[in-house]
Amino acid sequence: MADVQTLALAPPQPAPTAPRLGRLSAYFGTPGNTLISVLSIAAVVFIAKLAFGWLVVDAVFSGNGETCKAASGACWPFVAQKLRYMLFGFYPYDEQWRPMLALLLLFAAFLFSMMPRFWSRGLLLGWILLVLPVLYILMAGGVFGLTPVATTSWGGLPLSFMLSFVGLTLAMPLGIVLALARASNLPAIRVLAVGFIEIVRGVPLISILFMATVMLPLFMPEGVTIDKLLRAQVAIILFASAYIAEIVRGGLQDVPAGQYEAGSSLGLHYWQVMRKIVLPQALKKVIPPMVGLFIGFFQDTTLVTIVGLVDFLDTVRSAIRDPQWQGIAVLEGYLVAAAVYFTFSALMGAYSRFLEKHFRTTHA
Amino acid sequence: MAFLHDMRFRAFFYQVVAIGAVILVGWTMFSTASGNLAKQNIATGFDFLSRPAGFVITEAAIAFEATDTVGRAILVGIANTVKVSLLAAILGTLIGLAVGIARMSRNPLLARLALVYVELLRNVPLLLYLFLWYSLIILILPPVRQALNLLPGVYLSNSGLVVPAALVESGGGALLACLLGGAAAAFVIRRVFTQKRVATGRSNHGALIATAAFVLPALVLWLAGGVSIDWEFPTAGKFRLTGGLHVRPEFVALLFGLALSVSANVAEIVRAGIQAVSKGQWEAAAALGLARAKTMRLVVLPQALRIIIPPLTNTYLTVFKNSSLAIAIGYPDLVMVSNTVMNQTGQAIETIAIFMGVYLALSIAISLLMNWYNAHVALKER
Repeated sequence: MADVQTLALAPPQPAPTAPRLGRLSAYFGTPGNTLISVLSIAAVVFIAKLAFGWLVVDAVFSGNGETCKAASGACWPFVAQKLRYMLFGFYPYDEQWRPMLALLLLFAAFLFSMMPRFWSRGLLLGWILLVLPVLYILMAGGVFGLTPVATTSWGGLPLSFMLSFVGLTLAMPLGIVLALARASNLPAIRVLAVGFIEIVRGVPLISILFMATVMLPLFMPEGVTIDKLLRAQVAIILFASAYIAEIVRGGLQDVPAGQYEAGSSLGLHYWQVMRKIVLPQALKKVIPPMVGLFIGFFQDTTLVTIVGLVDFLDTVRSAIRDPQWQGIAVLEGYLVAAAVYFTFSALMGAYSRFLEKHFRTTHA
Repeated sequence: MAFLHDMRFRAFFYQVVAIGAVILVGWTMFSTASGNLAKQNIATGFDFLSRPAGFVITEAAIAFEATDTVGRAILVGIANTVKVSLLAAILGTLIGLAVGIARMSRNPLLARLALVYVELLRNVPLLLYLFLWYSLIILILPPVRQALNLLPGVYLSNSGLVVPAALVESGGGALLACLLGGAAAAFVIRRVFTQKRVATGRSNHGALIATAAFVLPALVLWLAGGVSIDWEFPTAGKFRLTGGLHVRPEFVALLFGLALSVSANVAEIVRAGIQAVSKGQWEAAAALGLARAKTMRLVVLPQALRIIIPPLTNTYLTVFKNSSLAIAIGYPDLVMVSNTVMNQTGQAIETIAIFMGVYLALSIAISLLMNWYNAHVALKER
């Protein structure tokens, strides 16, 4: 505050000259502003020209690796030829309609769940009892005349979506239980919950994935092996549950104590108070931060490529390293991957802003 | 059976069940694991830490040879992790502060550009960026035999940047003492001059004098020949450059990737913090005749800091944990060194326990440090 006192004695500044250019004054009102505008425009034009030249003018639209090598622009035949592999990995070629259908089903279920008017207790149950089993049957097969496909052949975009969103859906109940345990007035339960949450949040995801892939087999009785995909999925669920628990805790703290007391005085016991009164209010409040967590986890699942699972980033990388295209289409591959991740993350970001507005206007 | 409805009994019962379940699971896992390990002839315990490592670490923040112990290798990993996260946090905060202020610019063009920057970084996974930066360095820069000789002794190639190394031959201690003494003097001078300015209401040259107090002693010592520095110039051999300070592409890609991701988060945090300061503060400062830049620096930012610190703590914790992605591009951080150790010794449980423990301890340390700083800048109620 010291500086303010000093400056209070400074001579008054001359009044700024009135803007004469109207709307343009925001861009060219003062010399400094004009400089910023000119530099910004120059930067945009420079980047646009570079991008257009690379993406369109110098690009190769048909041919093979050799034609691409000769040209200086983007190599679109690589994307066209490798797109299906990038999307589905080593899933049997003739059966790839199944992961496609699973992906579409997942999107449809998401669109449905994103509309506030469908939010209810049944929705989470519907996900766990209906959507997830159908997804699993589509991917794994073995019933209804579908050829069985081992999880080792699963890959690409469906795997990325499954690991992140299925993981978060299943982590939700666990996270809620952890949050309740942390808020519990039974000391032993509270200490256990705090210990779990803080340990998980204090270490990187990669260490939990390492634990699941390298260490867990040592803890299994002899002869028992757990599928690698399942192990990574469980690791993600445990990791996510700690973060969900912290968000839900924020929601629980926002519910006034009077709500608990009113519930108890009606003769409801703990679980009834939680289920019927507190949680419905708390969970509604934490939906916007939860969407933020979803975006983060969607991106964080890329880490499974480090422990050897074939997610979307991994299929893109192995497409780049294909001997036919090696060293030719590196930027193209990463650009496709970045575009996919960007699209879904940005959509979820827009949804989160919509929600914030929705909550502000409806006072929910 | 009245005791079944006794709240105290129930509370006790639930807790006993919870603790019992945890102990049971832990004990089962422990006994299976020790049985499995005995069958595979893997010794348990931490003896392996004192055995020679037998592998080299390409980039070590502290000196390391293949004949050093495994324990020292893990220490090198910790030092590398701390080095890259610290640099990324500092660099990212500086960039993020600039971008966050640009986001609030009254010039719509600049504000939009800053928004595009933030969105591009926040909506694409960090790992993808790390792969991208690393591939770009490898692709665009020439191989080491055709290294670009930018300045005498400075070589840039796809195996990194090599610059002359400064080896302090003598007077290093004196130089350090001068720098530390200068810093202490600068701190005191700044305080005294600020107090004087508050008391008299007249501006003085406190900042300038403090800077001089920091720089001058070391400069005088250097000019007087108190320190002798030996510059080791790299020499271009047939296949590689020898000597000099080698900055590797893995380090650059990781530092760059982490710093950019920090900067996007910091930009958003700074923007939110600045917007949370009430408009009346801006108007009051304008009424006092303060220019916009000064208002920002002297009135708004100090108040925004209180809102900014807690989320900033989370960002720093995140960058520290994200530095573990180093393993994907081959920078020898704690996780990568541990992974090598695991493959060489087979001591998976102990090694994972060590690196998780280190991450946990350092995370807690960062939290405590930031909490202390937060208490320091928090509103002091009279």
